[in-house]
Amino acid sequence: MSKLKSLADLRKIREEARTRLELRVKGDSPEGLVQVRVAMATCGIAAGAKTIMEFLTDELDKRGIGAVVTQTGCMGYCYAEPTVEVRLPGKDPVVYGFIDLKRADEIIEKYIKNGELVEGIIPVNYEKIDE
Amino acid sequence: MSKYKMHLLVCGGTGCRASESDLIVESLRKEIEEKGLQSDVQVIMTGCFGFCEKGPIVKVMPDNTFYVQVKPEDAPIIIAEHVIKGRRVQRLLYTDPVEKKQVSDSRHMGFYRKQIRIALRNCGFINPENIDEYIARDGYAAIGKCLTEMSPAHVVEQMKLSGLRGRGGGGFPTGLKWEIASRNNADQKYVVCNADEGDPGAFMDRSILEGDPHSVLEAMAICGYAIGATKGLIYIRAEYPLAIQRLRVAIKQARDYGLLGENILGSSFSFDIEMRYGAGAFVCGEETALIHSMEGERGEPTNKPPFPAESGFLGKPTNVNNVETLASVPVIINKGSDWFAAIGTEKSKGTKVFALAGKINNVGLIEVPMGTTLREVIFEIGGGIKNGRKFKAVQTGGPSGGCLTEKHLDIPIDFDNLIAAGSMMGSGGMIVMDEDDCMVSVSKYFLEFTVEESCGKCSPCRIGNKRLHELLTHITKGNGTMADLDRLRNMSLVIKDTSLCGLGQSSPNPVLSTLANFMDEYVAHVSEKKCPSGQCRDLMKYSIVFDKCVGCTACSRACPVNAISGERKEVHFIDQDKCIKCGACFDKCKFAAVLIN
Repeated sequence: MSKLKSLADLRKIREEARTRLELRVKGDSPEGLVQVRVAMATCGIAAGAKTIMEFLTDELDKRGIGAVVTQTGCMGYCYAEPTVEVRLPGKDPVVYGFIDLKRADEIIEKYIKNGELVEGIIPVNYEKIDE
Repeated sequence: MSKYKMHLLVCGGTGCRASESDLIVESLRKEIEEKGLQSDVQVIMTGCFGFCEKGPIVKVMPDNTFYVQVKPEDAPIIIAEHVIKGRRVQRLLYTDPVEKKQVSDSRHMGFYRKQIRIALRNCGFINPENIDEYIARDGYAAIGKCLTEMSPAHVVEQMKLSGLRGRGGGGFPTGLKWEIASRNNADQKYVVCNADEGDPGAFMDRSILEGDPHSVLEAMAICGYAIGATKGLIYIRAEYPLAIQRLRVAIKQARDYGLLGENILGSSFSFDIEMRYGAGAFVCGEETALIHSMEGERGEPTNKPPFPAESGFLGKPTNVNNVETLASVPVIINKGSDWFAAIGTEKSKGTKVFALAGKINNVGLIEVPMGTTLREVIFEIGGGIKNGRKFKAVQTGGPSGGCLTEKHLDIPIDFDNLIAAGSMMGSGGMIVMDEDDCMVSVSKYFLEFTVEESCGKCSPCRIGNKRLHELLTHITKGNGTMADLDRLRNMSLVIKDTSLCGLGQSSPNPVLSTLANFMDEYVAHVSEKKCPSGQCRDLMKYSIVFDKCVGCTACSRACPVNAISGERKEVHFIDQDKCIKCGACFDKCKFAAVLIN
């Protein structure tokens, strides 16, 4: 560890350290962020959800979009795995099925960036009680 | 640098560590390694989450899942279910005591909803042993701002405008304290952090030092810059080993970065911090006694003036601030005095940390804006009284404070309101009592503490408190008279008026406040020789109901002093002179024939 000689040195460390804490900061107040949930039950993982999750986490970060990517259990749409739920700030969640890398990219570019709905939406067939 | 997709935060406060949270960290790491997830999941030991009732806590980020009472054996299931499959482990989730529903997300817990965390901002969020995580949360930005943009006078001015008052108990305006110390010229001045937390049931200072030690170090440097001191001392009791260890690590890291030492951040300001250990005497929380103890003298208070700001440690101007007060300072500098002054009530600004203890569902550490009512704290954040019992009183301010009752529940908590209600803020301990607690015994308990902790220097405190304790013992044994109650009150007032330091001046408060609020209980003890809540053993009387006793002899066999006589299949009898009121007969009787009066 070298000594910090100025406020600029301190700020540099802060910027580096911030990325390491980002996950916690975002998780603490996800309201204004894009929330992406990847179904990661056995069926989802078998269908390739882990690759999708990694792709989404890395790409959203690279493309500078403030988002929280979490995994969730089986959403019940096993016929359409991998499935991803996207919630834009202030909007109802939208679930997309049959996600591959190409479709994941399309969701980021069209839906997350511009709010344009993309094909392959699974109609929500339940209501959540715990919100 | 690899980017983690999930953080597992494990509480590393003293309470949770006592319940093996360090083993939880170990087994989580082991599981992660076995599953090859090292580059995706990071395990971090943080400071206290405040929700000590249900510790050890494991929090999963970014989805905010809050697991309670986790055991090391639960590590495999957390990794296999939550981390790999994204399914929350239902049985480890917190169940709301009122709604009886599981709450998965800490943001939906009543405990956290009403809190604003300023002093506790980093507790349970960062790794206290990693200075970079503190810096990432704007740590040391405040001292940087002071050194580059603000003059010492400007810093003092900001502290005055913020309205921050001492959190250790007295509530003296911090900015004013700094101003006085800055005006006294000397070749050497000192900044002292008072970490001698002594109130029974209060543990906010320990938790801050364990969870966010750098915030205190940074604040001390800011204070040093403001008042013109280059040396800082932390007076901490040796019975806080974890806090001491974390402080040591923090001081070393800050020195390595040059955030303590010569020419901080390239400026001309130099400041360094050392630690002094106390032996845990309550009176050493009083600033003059604390200073004497640091000098190697007996930990006894002396008259003020001279105040430490004029002549303190080694006769030099010294500014003494409490841990929680200091922890609020960097935020005030960063966000501005207006921001801080907008929180709270007219005369008490900002937030206050309270340690909830006693008969309350959510025992733990909370931080709320000044002006929050006792009802909100006890029933909303605290989750109400344990086992559905009825609320009776809450003791605030520890042994120096008083008991507040039902009628005080809607008072907005601040320094002045609590004093007006006959109690005080103190360091923020809150001991909640239910209908089963005897108020005479409660005040006796606090007096016992004061008698033990009185340093013995002045007679009102040394002799007076002892006499008060004797009178209370007398009453709980059923030997008190109505005249004793007058004597109690008179002596309390004399001790308050004539004691040398804050300890004696406030020690009769528990007696006075219980006399004021629960006179009927005292009267019941002296005139009827009865303890309404059934706590005072000597006033209890066990007897056997004639027509319920079947003569099974279970009670007489259980009695350890052979006080019960009677032949088999005949009614038994308790000899009151022999009875020691242990309750063994009551527990043994299957026919509800033993009666307690």
